[in-house]
Amino acid sequence: MKKSLEIRSVRKSFGSNEVLKGISFRIEPGEIVSLLGANGAGKSTLIKILSGAFTEFDGEILINDQPANISSPLQARSQGIETVHQKINEGIIAGLTVAENLLFDRIALGEISRLASPSKMVREARNVMKSLDLDWDDSILKDDVFNLGIADQQLLLLARALSHSPALLILDEPTSALSNAEVSRLFTIIQKLRADGVAILYVSHRLGEIEELADRLVVLRDGVIQSIQNKPFEWADALHDMLGMDLRDSQFGIEEERGTEVLLSITDAQIFDESKPWSIGIRSGEVTGVIGLLGAGKSELARALFGADKLKGGTLEFLGQAFKPNTPLDAIRHGIFLISEDRARDGILENWSISNTTSLPFLKKIASGKILNFNKETELATTLIERLRVVTESHKSTVDSLSGGNQQKVMVGRWLVQNSRLLLLDEPFRGVDIGARREIAQQIRDLVKAGNGAVIFSSDIDEILESADRVLIMVEGDVKFDSYLSETSRNEIIKKMSEVA
Amino acid sequence: MKKGNNLSQGKEFVARDFLVRYGFILVTLISFVSFFATQDTFRLSTTFFSMLKYTSVVAITGLGIMLSMAVGGLDLSVGATAGMAVTLSAMTMVVYNKPAIVAVALVLVAGILIGCLNAFLIVVLKIPDLLATLASMFAIMGLKLVPVNGRSVSSGMMMENGSTAPGKFTDAFLKIDSGQLGPIPYAVILWMLLTIACWLFLTRTTWGRAMYAVGSNPEASLLAGINVKLYRSLAYILSAFLASISGLILASRIGQGDISAGNSLLLDSVAVALVGTSVLAMGKPNAWGTALGAFLMGVVITGLTIAGFPYYGQDVVKGAVLLLALVFSFTLSRKKSRFISAV
Repeated sequence: MKKSLEIRSVRKSFGSNEVLKGISFRIEPGEIVSLLGANGAGKSTLIKILSGAFTEFDGEILINDQPANISSPLQARSQGIETVHQKINEGIIAGLTVAENLLFDRIALGEISRLASPSKMVREARNVMKSLDLDWDDSILKDDVFNLGIADQQLLLLARALSHSPALLILDEPTSALSNAEVSRLFTIIQKLRADGVAILYVSHRLGEIEELADRLVVLRDGVIQSIQNKPFEWADALHDMLGMDLRDSQFGIEEERGTEVLLSITDAQIFDESKPWSIGIRSGEVTGVIGLLGAGKSELARALFGADKLKGGTLEFLGQAFKPNTPLDAIRHGIFLISEDRARDGILENWSISNTTSLPFLKKIASGKILNFNKETELATTLIERLRVVTESHKSTVDSLSGGNQQKVMVGRWLVQNSRLLLLDEPFRGVDIGARREIAQQIRDLVKAGNGAVIFSSDIDEILESADRVLIMVEGDVKFDSYLSETSRNEIIKKMSEVA
Repeated sequence: MKKGNNLSQGKEFVARDFLVRYGFILVTLISFVSFFATQDTFRLSTTFFSMLKYTSVVAITGLGIMLSMAVGGLDLSVGATAGMAVTLSAMTMVVYNKPAIVAVALVLVAGILIGCLNAFLIVVLKIPDLLATLASMFAIMGLKLVPVNGRSVSSGMMMENGSTAPGKFTDAFLKIDSGQLGPIPYAVILWMLLTIACWLFLTRTTWGRAMYAVGSNPEASLLAGINVKLYRSLAYILSAFLASISGLILASRIGQGDISAGNSLLLDSVAVALVGTSVLAMGKPNAWGTALGAFLMGVVITGLTIAGFPYYGQDVVKGAVLLLALVFSFTLSRKKSRFISAV
C-alpha cells in the first residue's frame, strides 16, 4: 500500500533548548527525500520522532493526509514506518544467531517462539533475506551474529526492516559501514523500492549518494529548514545553507602567514580502505586548516599523525626523518601534540584539578627524577591560566567545574604552554564561545609565528576562515583542494566541498 | 568549594560536607572510645598491639587491592596469592629444609610472577580485570595444592615415602609475626612502612600520578602520552607483591602450611580498600584511607569479640561497616566517586 508522509510544524525541546523549531515537509509515495544537516542540526531528533522513540512534541505527523499517532516504535511499524538507525549496535542483538536476528521483530512479539527449531528459524529467515537478495547459506544463518562482518550486519538490519514491507522507509547513514560494491547493491534495492511506491527519507553526509538517489533535498540547520530543492541540486547553495553564513566579518584583520619549510610530509596517505591516496606537506610558520564534513576522515588523519591510530596506507616524514608513531608518546616526544575532538570523553579526567590536568602529558617536566615538584606544577598551571585567561578561582579548581570555553582553554592551553613543533587541533572550537575562540586562535597564531606548525581540523567554515592561513579540503578521505585563503574565497571552498565525487 | 553555594542551602551543605569528609574518622573514633570506655580488656596495651598485628595482614593485602583499584581495576587474586605464600614458605622450610631467607625470597619472587601473569592476562590478552584475576585466583588456589598433594604442610609431618619431613618453621621465620620492636610488633611496623610507601608512591611520584590518570580515564591518559599498559601492569605486580608479603606474615603466624590460609582474606581486603575511598571524601583509592579502614575493622571486630559477640556474626558487622562507608562515598558525597570501572 502506498503512503505519503507529511511533517507539519513539528517542534521539539529538551528543557529550554529547542532543537526543532517548526519543521514542515512532505514525502510522496515513490519519492526519495534526503535530509542534510551538520551535527546538532536536529536530524536525529526528527528521525526519533518519526520512528516513535520520542512521543512528546508539538505539531503533526500525517500519513496519507490523516493525522497519525506514533506513540511507540511498534506503532510506527504498524503504520508502515520502518527505520534503519545509524548505530548498528542498537539494532543487532548480540548472542543470537543471524537467523534469529533477521526474525527478531517477530520473535519479540512472540509470533515465532524463541524456542523454535533452528531449521524452522532458517526457513523463516530465508523469507526475510529475499527482500534484499542476500545469499547467506544455512551455516551462516545458524552462526552467531557476532561473526558477521559489520557491513553484513548493516545489510541484516536493512533486510529486517524491508521484511515488514514498509510504506515509509527511513534510512539514517545506511552506507557508513558498507564498501562500494555493497553500496551500489543497496542503491539498486532502494531504487527498486522507489519504483514500488515506497516513500523514503534518506539521511547521509555523502553528497554523492544524495545526488545519485534523492529526488528532493531538505537542508536543516539549527532546527530550522533552510531550503528545499528539487533535482537537479545546487550543491553550493545547499552547503551554504547547511553550514551557515553569518554576516560577521570572518577575516578579523589577521595577516596571512606563509611558511616555507616543510615540517611534516605525508606521502600516499590512505585514510579509509577504499579512499584515494594523496600526498601533502604541512609547513611550519603557517596555520593549516583542514575542512571537511563529518566522516570526511579529518579525525582519522589527526589521530594517525599523533600515533593514536594507524593510517591505512602511506608514510610520514617529520623534519626530513621517517616518522612512524606507534603511540601518542612517540609523537609527543617529537613535539607533535594533538588536542582531541571530544574533550569530555578523551581529555577531561573527572575531579582532576586544572594543575593536575595541565601537567599530565608532561609529568617529567614537573618532576625531579620521578618525584613530583608541586611548586613547578603550580607554576605551570598559573602560566596557563594567565596566558589563556582562564576564568577560575584557583589552579586547584576541577576542570569539570569550569564553563565549556574555559575547559577548552585548559585542554588546548596545556599543550600550548609547552614547546610544540606541530600542534594538531581537532575541532578545537566546538562548544566554545566566540571570545574564547579568538583567544585560542591568537595563541595558535603566536605559535606558528615562532616557527612551528599548526593544523586545525574543523567542519565549520567560519572557524577555518578566521584562524587558518592555508586550507585543505577533505572529501571522503581524499584531500581535494589546497590553497592559501587569500587566493580562494568562501564560495570557492563551499563549491569544492560540494563537488560530488 | 568550587562553585558558589546557594545561600539557602548553605548550612545543609556545610553539615553534609563535614559528614562526608570526617564521618568515617568520627565513626572510627567513636567505636574506639566506646569500646575503650566499656571493656576492661580493650584498655590493655597488649590488646591494642595484638589487634594491630592481627589487622596488618588484611591491611597490607588491602593496600595491594587499593593499587589495582587506582588503575581502575580490581585484583581478585590477592587472597589466593597470600595462600600460595603460606604453602610455598612451608614447603621450602619443612620439606626442603631451607632457611627462612630462602623461603622469603621465593615467596616474594612468586608474588611478582603472579603479578606479571595477571598483567599479561589483562594487558596483553585484554581480559577484563575482574575476570582475569578471578581465573588466576582459581588457578593459584589449585596449583598450590599440587606439590603438597592437597595436604597442609607442618613440621614433623609424614612424607609420601614414609619418612618424616626434615625441616621445620625456623625461629627466624616465626619472628616475622611474633617479633617486636619495643611494644610494637614487626608486622605493624611493616604495615606502617608500606602504607607510607604507597602513600608517597601514589601522591608524590610521576608513577602514582600516571596510575590515577589511567584509573580515571584510560583514553584521555593514552592521548596525554601515558603508557597505559605499563601502569596497569605495574599496579597488578605491586598488588601481588604486597599480597605475598601479607602471606609471609600469615604463614609466620600460623606456623604451618595451612592450605585454607588466605581464603577469607580477599573479601576483607576489598572491604578495607573500599572503606578507604570514603575517608576524607577522597573519592578515590588511597593509602591512608585503606589503613584507617583496616584499623576500624580491627577495632570493631576486636571490641565486639571482647564484649562476647559471637564470631559467626562478624561478617554482618563487616558488611555494615562497608555499607556505611559506601553511603558516605556515593549517597552523601556530591563529588562523584569513581573507581573499579571494571564492575
